[in-house]
Amino acid sequence: MTQLIWNGLFVGSFYALVALGYSMVYGIIKLLNFAHGDLYMLGAFAGFAILGAVGGVSSAMALPLLLAVLLATMVVTGLAGVTLERIAYRPLRRAPRLSLLITAVGASFALEYGMRAVAGADPRVYPVRLGGTSFEVLGARITPQQLVLIGVAVLLMAGLNLLVTRTREGRAMRAIALDPRTSALMGIDVNAVISRAFFVGSALAGAAGVMAGAYYGKIDFMMGFLIGLKAFTAAVIGGIGNIPGTMLGGLLLGLLESFGTFWLGGEWRDVFAFGVLILFLTVRPTGLLGERVTERV
Amino acid sequence: MSATKVRRLGTDSPPSRASKLLQNRWAGLAGLLVALLAPFVDATPYALSVMTSAAIAVMLAAGLNIVVGYCGLLDLGYVAFFAVGAYTSGVLATRLELPLLATVPAVIVVTVVAGIVIGAPTLRLRSDYLAIVTLGFGEIIRITANNLDVTGGPSGIYGIPHLVEGPVAFYYLTVVVVSLAVLGAARLGRSRLGRAWRFVREDEDAAEAMGVHTYRVKLAAYVAGAVWGGLAGVLFAAHLSAISPGSFTFLSSALVLMAVVLGGMGSTPGVVVGAVVISVLPEILRDLADYRFFLFGVLLIAFMLLRPQGLWPARSKEVP
Repeated sequence: MTQLIWNGLFVGSFYALVALGYSMVYGIIKLLNFAHGDLYMLGAFAGFAILGAVGGVSSAMALPLLLAVLLATMVVTGLAGVTLERIAYRPLRRAPRLSLLITAVGASFALEYGMRAVAGADPRVYPVRLGGTSFEVLGARITPQQLVLIGVAVLLMAGLNLLVTRTREGRAMRAIALDPRTSALMGIDVNAVISRAFFVGSALAGAAGVMAGAYYGKIDFMMGFLIGLKAFTAAVIGGIGNIPGTMLGGLLLGLLESFGTFWLGGEWRDVFAFGVLILFLTVRPTGLLGERVTERV
Repeated sequence: MSATKVRRLGTDSPPSRASKLLQNRWAGLAGLLVALLAPFVDATPYALSVMTSAAIAVMLAAGLNIVVGYCGLLDLGYVAFFAVGAYTSGVLATRLELPLLATVPAVIVVTVVAGIVIGAPTLRLRSDYLAIVTLGFGEIIRITANNLDVTGGPSGIYGIPHLVEGPVAFYYLTVVVVSLAVLGAARLGRSRLGRAWRFVREDEDAAEAMGVHTYRVKLAAYVAGAVWGGLAGVLFAAHLSAISPGSFTFLSSALVLMAVVLGGMGSTPGVVVGAVVISVLPEILRDLADYRFFLFGVLLIAFMLLRPQGLWPARSKEVP
């Protein structure tokens, strides 16, 4: 029982990290960035490439090295996100929503199969694994690496929350979410702020990618597809566009999946998650913490 | 959203000779003639198989065009209905030993139900939710087919009976069915319902204000698309006589979408040409297989940025 909860929380913190980028971009410009899951994949591969370039290290140095790689990867995926926004999304900001969604699908495709062309279709094995012996807390088996990864995830999420609620930058983001045109009249550089929001969101996805690579040990070019869907589900459960809600949604989805797997068996895990998504959209489309938004004409 | 919508390029400048040629009403008949004469040029089993697949792809594209092109709803799991149709007819035909034709009513019922089950909760929401829910639905169907015993698990169903004997006869049957389906979709698009779809696509709030029951109209588009997809699934099952979950991945949905976007959303000749190109091109460019999907992704972006109306844009009769 406690094991199920712990597993759920652990997977859920990954979901939450990826979902935050989704939610942030959606909250500000109301765009579903389908390519977000692929930025997670890009992060995993960027981390892989950087680790490969650094070469082997002793296992004692694995953790600091991994954290450094994490930061470098966040910069790489952040810049990738900014580029993506600049090329594929910004020119279409005034176009019908359908065009934006289709470009997002195209971007996702281009990233997935571009990576396949570069890195090959076979899964790659991550060169660094975090070692450590597991110990038991209240009957749940916990490994130190899980603790480290959850710690990093919590740190990143707390940092994001501070950024959005406490800083000038965050205030600009919230203003644009409310009304882009008025924000521009108030002297906010809307394009620059949206770029930076993409940077932050993509960087979080990249961080999650490296963490997933280091934890599961295997990465491939399609790894972002499913997690993108799951992250969206998490964001919907918590209330898309709402940061604490999204974190809650991620953890909740992790828990639900963990219990769903236990009851129904692993092969039904994804069906269960998407079933929850459809159920939530039917019963409470605004999510747990989201507020009702009326579509402006 | 503000009132600025994409202006259709074809309507604000006088039509060039090329676009007049493209909008000729005989283009459809010419296309049918090409399809009917093709086996006289090359009737090897391989060529017939490619042509039959292309015809089925045309039917899928025509169905998705109702949803995406006419009504402006993005369906990213369209292949789910294709799978539902193929599996329904396959399971009924092999387990109950029914002739394939007798499964068609069941296929229609099942796909309508599936369309309502997915459409009813999500069509009330913002359009982008629909996109991702349909994506999830596509995965649900594929994984379910993979896990259940009745659908044969990962290896799928084999030994599905043919509709008619011989690949040539089946090709002609497919061409006839697909032509009727394309014609039917085009007629639907020109009907009262079709005008309502277009209205919803251009401005949902204005449509609602003018008395169009937008939810019901969207659901009608979604269900119509589902039926088209399901019937294409029957053809697919009869064509290959074996189906497995691997045929119904997100990739296939994306390819159908690609055909619709490339050809021109809402344009009947456009999506027909788009589907033929998308299904035949990989056979010609086998060497580029690794870069194909990358190229598709880039093309999707490029088309949306540079030519959102597609290669063969829809003709707008309502010119001011």
